[in-house]
Amino acid sequence: MSTDHHKESFWTKYIFSTDHKIIGIQYGITSLVWLLFGFTLMMIMRYQLAYPESPVPFIGSLLGDGGILPSEMYNSLGAMHGTIMIFLGVVPLAFGAFGNYFVPLQIGAIDMAFPKLNAASYWMYFMGSVVMAIGFFVPGGAANSGWTSYPPLADVATMGQTVWLWGMVLLITSSLLGSVNILVTVIQLRTEGMTWMKLPIFVWTQFITAFLLLLAFPPLEAAGVLQLMDRLAGTSFFMPSGLVVSGEVLTNAGGGSPLLWQHLFWFLAHPEVYVLILPAFGIITEIIANNTRKPIWGYKALVYAMIFLGFMSFIVWAHHMYITGMGTTIGAFFQTTTMIISIPSVVILTALLLSLWGGSIRFNTPMLFALGFIPMFGIGGLTGLPLGLAASDIHLHDTYYVIGHFHYVVAPGTIFALFAGIYYWFPKMTGKKTNETLGKLHFFFSFIFMNGVFMPMFVQGLAGVSRRLWDGGEIYAHAADVLYLNEVMSVSAWLLGLAQIFFIVNMIVSLRGKKTAEVNPWDATTIEWTDTTSPPLGHGNFETVPSVYRGPYEYSVPGADKDFTPQSEKG
Amino acid sequence: MDIPYTVKNRPDTGLYNGKLGVWLFLASEVMLFGGLFSAYIFLRTGVDNWPMGAEYLSVPLATLNTMFLITSSVTMVMSWASLKLNDFKKFKMYAGITLLLALGFLVVKYFEYTSKFHHGYFPSTNNFLGIYFTMTGLHVLHVIGGIVVIFFYWMPGAKMWETDPGRFTNRIEIVGLYWHFVDLVWIFLFPVLYLL
Repeated sequence: MSTDHHKESFWTKYIFSTDHKIIGIQYGITSLVWLLFGFTLMMIMRYQLAYPESPVPFIGSLLGDGGILPSEMYNSLGAMHGTIMIFLGVVPLAFGAFGNYFVPLQIGAIDMAFPKLNAASYWMYFMGSVVMAIGFFVPGGAANSGWTSYPPLADVATMGQTVWLWGMVLLITSSLLGSVNILVTVIQLRTEGMTWMKLPIFVWTQFITAFLLLLAFPPLEAAGVLQLMDRLAGTSFFMPSGLVVSGEVLTNAGGGSPLLWQHLFWFLAHPEVYVLILPAFGIITEIIANNTRKPIWGYKALVYAMIFLGFMSFIVWAHHMYITGMGTTIGAFFQTTTMIISIPSVVILTALLLSLWGGSIRFNTPMLFALGFIPMFGIGGLTGLPLGLAASDIHLHDTYYVIGHFHYVVAPGTIFALFAGIYYWFPKMTGKKTNETLGKLHFFFSFIFMNGVFMPMFVQGLAGVSRRLWDGGEIYAHAADVLYLNEVMSVSAWLLGLAQIFFIVNMIVSLRGKKTAEVNPWDATTIEWTDTTSPPLGHGNFETVPSVYRGPYEYSVPGADKDFTPQSEKG
Repeated sequence: MDIPYTVKNRPDTGLYNGKLGVWLFLASEVMLFGGLFSAYIFLRTGVDNWPMGAEYLSVPLATLNTMFLITSSVTMVMSWASLKLNDFKKFKMYAGITLLLALGFLVVKYFEYTSKFHHGYFPSTNNFLGIYFTMTGLHVLHVIGGIVVIFFYWMPGAKMWETDPGRFTNRIEIVGLYWHFVDLVWIFLFPVLYLL
């Protein structure tokens, strides 16, 4: 690793690079493409929900069957929408892209601890995503047993499910390599003076996220191996005795348990929720501190709350399983832990909200997304409480209420935070400024239509509309009063899709534009802004590696000559 | 500029990067096998009759394999210790013995598997055999991975001893940590699958 700029070819510089910044951008571009693709799948499904059994415009000819979306394909699109958004979109963007690019810069490291593993991690993710894409072309289409792949359905599903499992094995391996790398980087490569309690909150969130990925994903890998054995070697791990499929009793040995999958799956998938949300907290914290021009409220409380959150996330998984017939004792245990885990979330949200108090707030694009995040995540979190209590969950389980709840957490929650992060760090990554007008249009339209999509889901869900209906609930008499909302949600979803054009145009125009950004356009304190150029140098990041003398959020220090004091400033 | 602490320990953590990385990786592996052991318990407690391991499996062969792996763990440590004592020849010898023992393990496993197949015992026969083949199969993959890496540092990779002995010694230590873990997994698998 050297800083001298000897000639590198396009391939070694941009494709097979071991520079954490290039790998971060590779992660970013790949995951944004997948986010758009996953969203497109949903826009197709929303057409079927709004106008059941009428031909889909534009792409109908691809679907066959007179342009109507077939019900099997609807199931495929649903399963792949979930898989793609979570495993190929949000996590790689939040953890792969932002984590890779900014953790080393914020702690004053010249690269990740293991640059080659870092590249391997990206390419493992890339191959996993290719395998997932191959699923669409095998007989029977892509996986169609939901993103949760519950057996016995998933055990007897078409070939797409096997492809899905192989894809997951690659993605899990990728996240294992990535999380080991982030953990070692943060523990070993902090620059001089960067003690644990001087770390920016963003680094803390990535650190805890890495621990969750490291420890929660392997049980899913175990479950994936068992399901592959069920599908390929004919074992019966998830197959009960005497199962009847299409009127015929299956001949396999039996004696297995579908519940085993659910336990192993949710042991991953609940920490996964915090994998989705913690990096978002980190990004939002950086932006709020920067744009209120005052220190973040309760730094230590935030850190301890996040560590506690990470720990608790391992012992709440069975609250996804209240209707599986578990006993009331186990139910009571998981209700209690679920109520306890809401406490650190509230601490975090309160700290962010109080940070606004008395600040001189700058309403730029990243700040607007950050401010949008707080109430949206609040709605998502609070609507989760009835789902955490067994009594109310039995009514709401598997309805659109659940869909509304977790989409409020992830879509206007995490994805808003990711947009905020892109706008905030774009000058650092490219040396160019984004267009504020386009950014604000992007925010306001996204904000309105996100709510247009997800708010009606609560209404439908409370009315009892089930979440996996191909016809949007037409066959249910009790859903008749709320069916008109399907059209509202669908039109909002398409308009939300159109609103993203502002973002895409903004990215392209800003990249090609001549408006170069200063080194520290936001007057920020963390060292990725103050001690290196925009964009940072190639390998090595810093001309001289900075030392750190103070906390990360020293804004408006009384007596200082300017309203921000960088971490690397002595005194 | 080189990445710091690849060979020397960071003073405040007392670790070099690779060692910490491998410990974290092993934590993840514990969760992987932990998930499978949990699945084993879940499946076993969920049915009325679960066969004793000895009804299908050969305890003497497994005992032999246990001896192989435990001894190979010892020789693995000896090979690392030899490097610490600057004795490259002894390293070659101990690493070679480790490789032989690991291959011995695979040979015994091969005879075990084929004799099961001859008797018509397949993963699909029942869930005991299913989980037996899954867990030992995954363990065998780990053994093969270990053999590949040890072989690499035994033959072609050993050149590093000339150029960067500190780093080479660290790598052998890391491989050793992994190898002990593979050994440890077997020490759990043996009683759970064969004896209980």
